[in-house]
Amino acid sequence: MAFDYQKYLRVNKMPTLWCWGCGDGVILKAVVRAIEQMGWNQDDVCVVSGIGCSGRFSSYLDFNTIHTTHGRTVAYATGVKMANPDKHVICVAGDGDALAIGGNHTIHGCRRNIDIHMIVINNFIYGLTNSQTSPTTPQGMWTVSQKAGNIDPTFNACNLAIAAGASFVGREAVTDPKKLEKLLVKGFSHKGFSFMEVLSNCHINLGRKNKMVTARENLDWIDSITMGKMKFEKLNDDEKLNYLPTGVLKENTEAREYSEMYQEIQAVHQGQRATITQNDFEKKI
Amino acid sequence: MQTREMISTGNQLAAVAAVDAGCKYFAGYPLTPSSEIMHTLSDLLPQTGGVSMQMEDEIASICSVIGASMSGKRAMTATSGPGLSLKAENLGLAHMAEVPLVCVDVMRGGPSTGLPTRVAQGDVSQVKHPSHGDLKSITVSPGNLLECYTQVARAFNLADRFMQPVFVIMDETLGHMHGKAMIPLEEQTKSEIKLRKQFEGKPEEYFPYGVAQDQPAVLNTMFKGYRYHFTGLHHDKQGFPTENMDTCTLLMERLFNKVEQHEDELEAYEEYMLEDAEVLIIAYGSVSLSVKEAIRHLRSENIKVGLFRPITLWPSPSNKIKEYTDKIEKVVCVELNMGQYFHEIQRVSSRLDIDGLFKVNGRAISPHEIIEKVKGL
Repeated sequence: MAFDYQKYLRVNKMPTLWCWGCGDGVILKAVVRAIEQMGWNQDDVCVVSGIGCSGRFSSYLDFNTIHTTHGRTVAYATGVKMANPDKHVICVAGDGDALAIGGNHTIHGCRRNIDIHMIVINNFIYGLTNSQTSPTTPQGMWTVSQKAGNIDPTFNACNLAIAAGASFVGREAVTDPKKLEKLLVKGFSHKGFSFMEVLSNCHINLGRKNKMVTARENLDWIDSITMGKMKFEKLNDDEKLNYLPTGVLKENTEAREYSEMYQEIQAVHQGQRATITQNDFEKKI
Repeated sequence: MQTREMISTGNQLAAVAAVDAGCKYFAGYPLTPSSEIMHTLSDLLPQTGGVSMQMEDEIASICSVIGASMSGKRAMTATSGPGLSLKAENLGLAHMAEVPLVCVDVMRGGPSTGLPTRVAQGDVSQVKHPSHGDLKSITVSPGNLLECYTQVARAFNLADRFMQPVFVIMDETLGHMHGKAMIPLEEQTKSEIKLRKQFEGKPEEYFPYGVAQDQPAVLNTMFKGYRYHFTGLHHDKQGFPTENMDTCTLLMERLFNKVEQHEDELEAYEEYMLEDAEVLIIAYGSVSLSVKEAIRHLRSENIKVGLFRPITLWPSPSNKIKEYTDKIEKVVCVELNMGQYFHEIQRVSSRLDIDGLFKVNGRAISPHEIIEKVKGL
């Protein structure tokens, strides 16, 4: 039987605002399919999005949805999650959203290891606002704010999340929706901060000025810079600079989740246990 | 009314009030001179099953408070001037999406880092328009220790009634003042809790923003089967983005109407020795304590002075201010800023001959300075 997307979508809010051939639609479908696999009740899910093309993500999904300010998805989601620890909270943010203006919230969400599922749609550019440099725009590419070529070094979003302490980190691209769906299911199943970077195309505002005029060409470029994690590990350090590994890059099921840890705080203040000390933690510094 | 004796500070009383008023979520960031509110709530909230978070910055703290409130919990944040500036954008979203919350601002000397540990009332204009765009602020100003409790509790009810942020502006003096207050019993405050309205019909008939032109949105608790959308964009009755001209106009008008047409519910002020007054002093916050002391001295010398103290600063109690400024010739506005409320008094009274006593060096205004000012009129 064909998959019933309509159950999860606000079809009356469509067509979407996204351009023809945009990868966001692929991700939208993958998210819906992954949630179906999780068997989550629609009422128990909250989707929080930021500003940018990805900001519209939440309005097309039939869950409890919040369209926040630029970069603040994780902060809003932290409030929702801490106030409702038994519910499922998903953040959707773009590369500018999550890594530039909202970088602080992203790293601190990772550090707390709060049970938020964060999807970062990385299209390497500020698409909605017409081609400004983002923290992931490759050096040398043309952007409207750096017409002589971008000189700003890039973030590797997943490495950032790993270093910041996220307990689940993975990357896939819209070029393989099946793998993407699998990654999302793994991330959604994970207890703790799950950081999932999805590489997507913006042939309109990245591609047109960078020799990738069509969606297909932009997707081919994404294909050319991604590589499965196993294969990537075999590259030497110089070769690694030119590829982004895909798959699950970190999975630590032992790390303690923040809203669960907070119950210990409540227990202390309600007199059910002694004060928390350094001995409660394996990591001392 | 039965009361209980508390020997405490304004900041701690504000925290106690929040818990008694049913606050279940607090998020803040260390910011002198408001930090004790966070310190106290980090003990009190977990005791009652609530959550107190120290976030990574001021922006995150207001955002997570909005998130918790969107999900249906009573929520609060506390800060001072620099933090208020950082929170501004998201306070705008809370006004736009009609998310109730309480924002306590314990004012210190500004602008910028200013005088971090010293008193000022420099945020009075900022709380009127904290964010870009047009919005109608609701701001209350406690004038003594008791009111640090009662006004915070009241602010929660106002937030749920009007579905928007409510500012409680205290100042460093009030926040750190240590003394005795006879505050209402916990049960009393609890019995006065009036939570936000809820829609109880069928989900398909639920329009959170589809309300009368003088009413606030009806935002149901999240995760209860009424799935809807929050956004900072202009939105239709369902909460979805729109650029329809008429819808945008109606939304903005409603956001103003819901406050302006119900100002009688918001009005709060104190009249002190005004019956026979020949000199009118207008002051609020901790300054009013000095003013009262000065008035007692002046009265002992047969100089008839009275105080009008707005408790709800925004919207201002304009009818009452006009009544007194029409009646009394000599008017002085005393503030710890360069005359921020003074301009409101000028506007409301249509008088340009009003006097001001302003101080911005981080020190409280002493009764002596007020006495000198009144005698020199």
